[in-house]
Amino acid sequence: MLEALLNFEILRNTFYTGLIVGLLAPLLGTFIVVRRLSLISDGLSHVTLAGISFGLLMQKKYTLLMFTPFHTGILFSVIGAIVIENLRHVYKSFQEIAIPITLSVGVGLSVVFIALADGINTDIYAYLFGSVAAVSRTDLYVVLFTAIFVLIVIIFLYKELFALSFDEEFATVSGIRAKIIHYLFIIMTALVIAASIRIVGVLLVSALMTLPVATAMRIAKSFKQTLIFSIIYGEIAVILGLVTGYYFEIPPGGTIVITAALLLGLTLLVKKWYLAYIYRG
Amino acid sequence: MMSQLIDVHNVTHRYDHHKVLDDVSFSIEEGAFVGLVGPNGSGKTTIIKLMLGLEKVQKGSITAFGKPIEKFHNKGHISFVSQKANSFSRDFPATAKEVVSMGLTTKASVWRPTTKKYEYLIYEALDRVNMSEYAHHNIGDLSGGQQQRIFIARAIVNNPKLLILDEPTVGVDTENVEQFYQLLSQLNEDLGITLILVSHDIGAITTHVNDLLCLNKSVHYHGNPNDFESMTDEQRSKIYGHAMNTITHNH
Repeated sequence: MLEALLNFEILRNTFYTGLIVGLLAPLLGTFIVVRRLSLISDGLSHVTLAGISFGLLMQKKYTLLMFTPFHTGILFSVIGAIVIENLRHVYKSFQEIAIPITLSVGVGLSVVFIALADGINTDIYAYLFGSVAAVSRTDLYVVLFTAIFVLIVIIFLYKELFALSFDEEFATVSGIRAKIIHYLFIIMTALVIAASIRIVGVLLVSALMTLPVATAMRIAKSFKQTLIFSIIYGEIAVILGLVTGYYFEIPPGGTIVITAALLLGLTLLVKKWYLAYIYRG
Repeated sequence: MMSQLIDVHNVTHRYDHHKVLDDVSFSIEEGAFVGLVGPNGSGKTTIIKLMLGLEKVQKGSITAFGKPIEKFHNKGHISFVSQKANSFSRDFPATAKEVVSMGLTTKASVWRPTTKKYEYLIYEALDRVNMSEYAHHNIGDLSGGQQQRIFIARAIVNNPKLLILDEPTVGVDTENVEQFYQLLSQLNEDLGITLILVSHDIGAITTHVNDLLCLNKSVHYHGNPNDFESMTDEQRSKIYGHAMNTITHNH
């Protein structure tokens, strides 16, 4: 694979994008999981699918090459994020209802756009399950730009995001502008999901945001450790998943998520053995 | 002028058609240790939410630190310990120290103080509540009383002038409650923090506070807790017991 990486730019781009989303998805995923909003990424990824299908339709019918399905996917994802955040305020005591609403509308729109574009083709298959050879140089730049934006926001608003995730009421009383930070956060999530879809695909993007976090939470002693371990687990899953996906010609979405799940199982087992050892000794 | 931290003036508040506060007026003097008592459903939590700016004033006015509450932007002057402090998810992966650090967000700006300064403030607050040795413990592993001490540390780490505590002893076992009140007295006397302690249990707090405010939709008593103690049962029931009866009728 090393040789192929050196020779083929598109593989290199995929690999770099993989490394970036392996960092960003678990980073945002940690805040999402502790806020008990794990399903939000599923809602957003399906809205992104609607955007991608819309882009494919536009490309096919009107050959609008300026806007690729990747761009329309990002656009839809961000709109979906704003809709979810607004719906969460409409249904104050049933906030989770916002997610199935956006998810089903996303799938509904996708079906309509795909049908109008005369059915499923190989492109949509790559968007559903990820691909090792899907990232163009301009796509990579968009992902890189997203990463810089997200990292800057997280570095500057780390304490605010942390405080809001733990105890929204206290955070609001201490003068944190909860509303604007929630919007910013969900828009970042939308961007990261749209960026991740090239690698892991619509159906599995939420796994990359939650599985590494679930694993990290079992062994981390603090919130900072949870963030760091999540990212390490995320990166291992992405690297191993991309390599095996490439060799066995399997969409990397599957191999990445299975790697992440194996890491979770392994960590749980090791922790169990370790605890048994401690209590015995 | 600044001796009055909070001034509540003719505040009336409704949820839908249900009146929870009726023409409430009182003020909180700087340095006081106020006990805000009333039976369940007497509007205690509502008046607190109004003072904290978590809800909008419908009728009347509230002044905080000389400014109308609508224009008052809390930069760490008012802090808060909620009764829901023990309703956070116990699996939340955070250490006691990290929880206390959340109290420093109002100090946060683009130019933040150095980590060393933060560390110093956090340990100072942990020392205050005698919890330094638990700094690296997971918050979910601590007992209810210890958690509440951590939440106090989080509330005072930013040096507030006024600290509002909403039923803070819920979830604290009885033997630690007395210690807990002593800690509050220390905050009031040593650090000069003005305290508003909300409770439904009037007997438990009158010995600790120096200003007593009985609320049941309207203010039924505001003054020295000793005077209240020395009243006859009949006089007291007029203020408090009568109120209890009203509640019973509602059921």
